[in-house]
Amino acid sequence: MRGVGKLAWIETKLFVREPLALLFAFAFPFFMLFVLAGVFGNDVDPTDEENLRVWRGVGPTDYYISTYVGLVMASAGLITLPLRLASYRETGVLRRFRAAGVPLGVVLGAQVLVAIGMAIIGAAGIVVAGRAAYGAQMPESWPLVLVGSAMGLAMFAAIGLLLGAILPTSRAVQGAGLTLFIVMMMISGSGPPREVLTTVMQTVSDGLPLTHLNLLVQDAWLGFGWNTGQALVVVAITVVAGFLAVRFFRWE
Amino acid sequence: MTLASPGRAVFVNQLVKRYGRTVAVGGASLEVETGEIFGIIGPNGSGKTTTVECLQGLRTRDSGEVRVLGLDPQAQRNALRHRIGSQLQESALPERLRVWEALDLFAAMSPHSRNWRELLEEWDLTEKRDTAFADLSGGQRQRLFVALALVNEPEIVFLDEMATGLDPAARRGAWELVRQVRRRGTTIVLVTHFMDEAEELCDRIAVFRAGTVVALGTPPELVARYAGRSLVRFTDNTEDLDWLRDCPGAEEVAREGPRVEVRGTGPLLAHVGAALVAHGIAPADLRVERATLEDAFMAMTGEGAP
Ligand SMILES: Nc1ncnc2c1ncn2[C@@H]1O[C@H](COP(=O)(O)OP(=O)(O)O)[C@@H](O)[C@H]1O
Ligand SMILES: [Mg+2]
Repeated sequence: MRGVGKLAWIETKLFVREPLALLFAFAFPFFMLFVLAGVFGNDVDPTDEENLRVWRGVGPTDYYISTYVGLVMASAGLITLPLRLASYRETGVLRRFRAAGVPLGVVLGAQVLVAIGMAIIGAAGIVVAGRAAYGAQMPESWPLVLVGSAMGLAMFAAIGLLLGAILPTSRAVQGAGLTLFIVMMMISGSGPPREVLTTVMQTVSDGLPLTHLNLLVQDAWLGFGWNTGQALVVVAITVVAGFLAVRFFRWE
Repeated sequence: MTLASPGRAVFVNQLVKRYGRTVAVGGASLEVETGEIFGIIGPNGSGKTTTVECLQGLRTRDSGEVRVLGLDPQAQRNALRHRIGSQLQESALPERLRVWEALDLFAAMSPHSRNWRELLEEWDLTEKRDTAFADLSGGQRQRLFVALALVNEPEIVFLDEMATGLDPAARRGAWELVRQVRRRGTTIVLVTHFMDEAEELCDRIAVFRAGTVVALGTPPELVARYAGRSLVRFTDNTEDLDWLRDCPGAEEVAREGPRVEVRGTGPLLAHVGAALVAHGIAPADLRVERATLEDAFMAMTGEGAP
């Protein structure tokens, strides 16, 4: 499909021409890195058992670095991608595309490619920044981390399509998408560690896609191996969200 | 019911489309011949846009039969979409998308496209090639949309209020280009609220009112049928001109001092001229004031041109 490539390239150029959108997409994860690495540092006290349990036996910055990768993906999928689709619907761009015979697959495919590309750049940026500025640990297993991250990209792309399909306007996305993002940022493991959440928060947290992605990638990152259970959950969310997105997509 | 006759570019029979309780189109029927410039005129809200968007498969009709190039635009949209061109009354492009990128993108979506650089030239957009959509004037956007509608070399193109936002010179330029498009063999369905545009360009016109077609014909036919009386004027001092009433078609002779007005139907000017010359009178200012499509439009729809 040469159409997808062409539209994706155009979309990329459009993003670069709107630097604010680009900044907004990446701002939160970097801000979290800056605040939390600053507050907690990366020191481990080997004698403090409670502390070891909460931070899974590593320093806070090592604990968080993988979850910021997830956060970048969440921001692309919960905000950037649906915002673009909804505003295209709102302004009549989708209508215009449809009349020109641009297939649904090309419209969605291009958005997904761009969102994934941006998320990869953002994720790489945060890993480099975490390493350079705060000495964050690098993955124990690169292959497992890369596979897990790829699954995360797919999951948040599908969720982004779903939000873009069912939320009619960019206002709705700014409300719902941003809320979802902030909730995930706070209780999916990118904020306070899972261990210190209240039971209610943990229950809510279990229902959030980012929680499962964070567990999957964090395990691989810190050397706890491949978490098949979480991987299955991530795949399931991807399939369901992708199916619903195509099912409920509206051009206008 | 019937199948669309081959050679018919568009066939619409009893098209109905409702929005909730609003009946936007209530049983419209029309046919467009291949190679024709077919006009659709009518007051605002009379269902013109709804009709042409049903023809393009962009809206779902409630009932009626529709064929475009022999295909059902709803059920066979995929087969149809590369063969038709669309300029929608309301649409937009991403704000920061540049003119050439839009043309390049739309060209890439179709298996057989024109060289978009030619279109850029024809529609006077070459200088705006690298301008973002948001920075175009209304008229430039409109020209871009028409160019985009033509980039896939459509067999039939739908132009919905093409001239909106164009200045008079650009409108005339656009008319010439539309004629050129037809010369390339493209059938054109032109929705417009400019009566002079319809009269100038269209081979045949359907007049919409409240969701149905109230009149259909060539512009001269419509004018003759609905605003058929013409008015011949001249000045002359001859006392007795009552014999002018005997000219074929003449109905009424009125005068005020030397100014004479003859009202009637048919080729009135020729008959009046012949009668005058036969009576040894040759007024230098003999002229006819023909009714225009606008007069006919008012008679048909009971309104002024929108
Ligand atoms: N999407 C829509 N939803 C509800 N009503 C609509 C919609 N589109 C058009 N209408 C209504 O249908 C009627 C016909 O509209 P339209 O086809 O746009 O007329 P025209 O193009 O002749 O001005 C109008 O009363 C208009 O308000
Ligand atoms: Mg209209």
